[in-house]
Amino acid sequence: MEYLIGIQGPDFVLVAADNVAASSIIQMKHDYDKMFKLSEKILLLCVGEAGDTVQFAEYIQKNVQLYKMRNGYELSPAAAANFTRKNLADYLRSRTPYHVNLLLAGYDETDGPGLYYMDYLSALAKAPFAAHGYGAFLTLSILDRYYRPDLTREEAVDLLKKCLEELNKRFIMNLPSFTVRLIDKDGIHDMEKLPVGPK
Amino acid sequence: MALQDVCGLHNSPLFPQWSAPLSRSFMPENSTHLSGGGIHGEAFSTRLPGRGGLSPLEFYMPIAEYLTESPINFGQTSLTSAPTKLLEIDHLHPSLPSISLPPPTPFPVSPSVPLPFTLSHGTTTLGFAFQGGVIAAADTRSSCSGLVACPASPKVLPIHSHLVGTTSGTSADCALWKRILARELRLYQLRHHRRLSTGGAAKLLSHMLHPFKGTELCVAATLCGWDGDDEKHEQPITEKHANTPTNQMTASNSIVRSRSRICGPRVIYVCSDGLRLQGELFSVGSGSPYAYSILDSSVYWGMSVQEATEVAREAVYRATYRDAYSGNNVDLYHVTAKGWRRRERENLKEEYYREKERERRVIAY
Repeated sequence: MEYLIGIQGPDFVLVAADNVAASSIIQMKHDYDKMFKLSEKILLLCVGEAGDTVQFAEYIQKNVQLYKMRNGYELSPAAAANFTRKNLADYLRSRTPYHVNLLLAGYDETDGPGLYYMDYLSALAKAPFAAHGYGAFLTLSILDRYYRPDLTREEAVDLLKKCLEELNKRFIMNLPSFTVRLIDKDGIHDMEKLPVGPK
Repeated sequence: MALQDVCGLHNSPLFPQWSAPLSRSFMPENSTHLSGGGIHGEAFSTRLPGRGGLSPLEFYMPIAEYLTESPINFGQTSLTSAPTKLLEIDHLHPSLPSISLPPPTPFPVSPSVPLPFTLSHGTTTLGFAFQGGVIAAADTRSSCSGLVACPASPKVLPIHSHLVGTTSGTSADCALWKRILARELRLYQLRHHRRLSTGGAAKLLSHMLHPFKGTELCVAATLCGWDGDDEKHEQPITEKHANTPTNQMTASNSIVRSRSRICGPRVIYVCSDGLRLQGELFSVGSGSPYAYSILDSSVYWGMSVQEATEVAREAVYRATYRDAYSGNNVDLYHVTAKGWRRRERENLKEEYYREKERERRVIAY
């Protein structure tokens, strides 16, 4: 029922997540933020089972910040992604596995932008675009069709809007608003929430 | 025990497992659980200098065997119609995205420990914040698979002078964890000379419940409290709003709202499966959909205390009308900067008959 999407451009990563926190059939919160800021240029988007998401994401967040305090410099997105995956894998065969699906988006000074897809079985893949949730079924083919590696920021936002319109049209759940953020060499920028309203 | 701990006296406790530090309370052979909980344990067990034994955040951790073997051993039937386990990795087709579907009914997950009788979690509780504070309301029926075990159980429990918690789930679990939370908050207050905020209390409760995830423990609480260090600033505004009509309140609303970033009314929902949400309106329990529909249309920030009380009472009444597992009386608490105040418990049977009488008179004319 939850939805995450990420699109990587030549020098930025655009990510969006829905804002609904639901419990069984009730929407308990309409403005819930599913993105966790790991560092100045890394965002972790986390969906999955109720308590696991916040617990795991906060654990990763605090550890990444601890690394910075101990060593004086921040983890790169690739390192953070691999650290996250390792933790997920370690817990996978324990008594308390974390059932979470993640997107990690970041910008590295040397490697540029990066988008990492991770699922609850701790598979990790660096991808140009990715999505989680039932909504991914409806939007991945749109991304396949229109994505180009040299998208500008405006084109990426348009592509995102196309995806969200499709969700609004065909997805059975009502996802009224989405938080959208953009990461580039200057850090994380909040973009306006996308309400997918009637045209 | 609390005083000794605060005063730094080292006294070996009677029941070592309850207050022993985390590192000693685990059975070494069950290392998988240890690694799952131990990381949280290490993060918490920072020792304060000068303390004899215990550090403030060492909570009671479950003994590993109790989670797999039942101490109750009389022949009971295991639940045959078991709903999906929350933590089991679903054996879905690999191409489907990995979503854990919510359980269809508010029943417990299929137990690793056989239950002595089937539990049901019927209740209606609600909490919402408005300009005059926080209202917490609940019904008073404790049910046990079709039997009303207690028609007058308190489901809104005060935790400290400015914090009240509504409980839903297993009554015994809720009562116990509320007391544990009250103890930890009191310790915090004695050590740091200030009250812990509602958000802090919610985080504390959520982390205390995390080791029990996947077990039968079921606690869904809404913590309703007032944060603030200086009560003198807050109360003049709230009294004035009680009598002004809605349209004059929008200007002063924004002032109150901006001030309430740091102090003010707070409603936070904490669930034993780990969910922790801050918001302005929550309703929990089997009767919550019925209550939500009343509250969503009638609650707004600028309402007066009397209106808020009416709406809360009405929402619980409507939920008890429709939901079999809610009923009997309604308890209502109002939390302001000065603390919580309890309204007299009201029997909803009277309200039901009054409404029937009104309907009868309307039809008659």
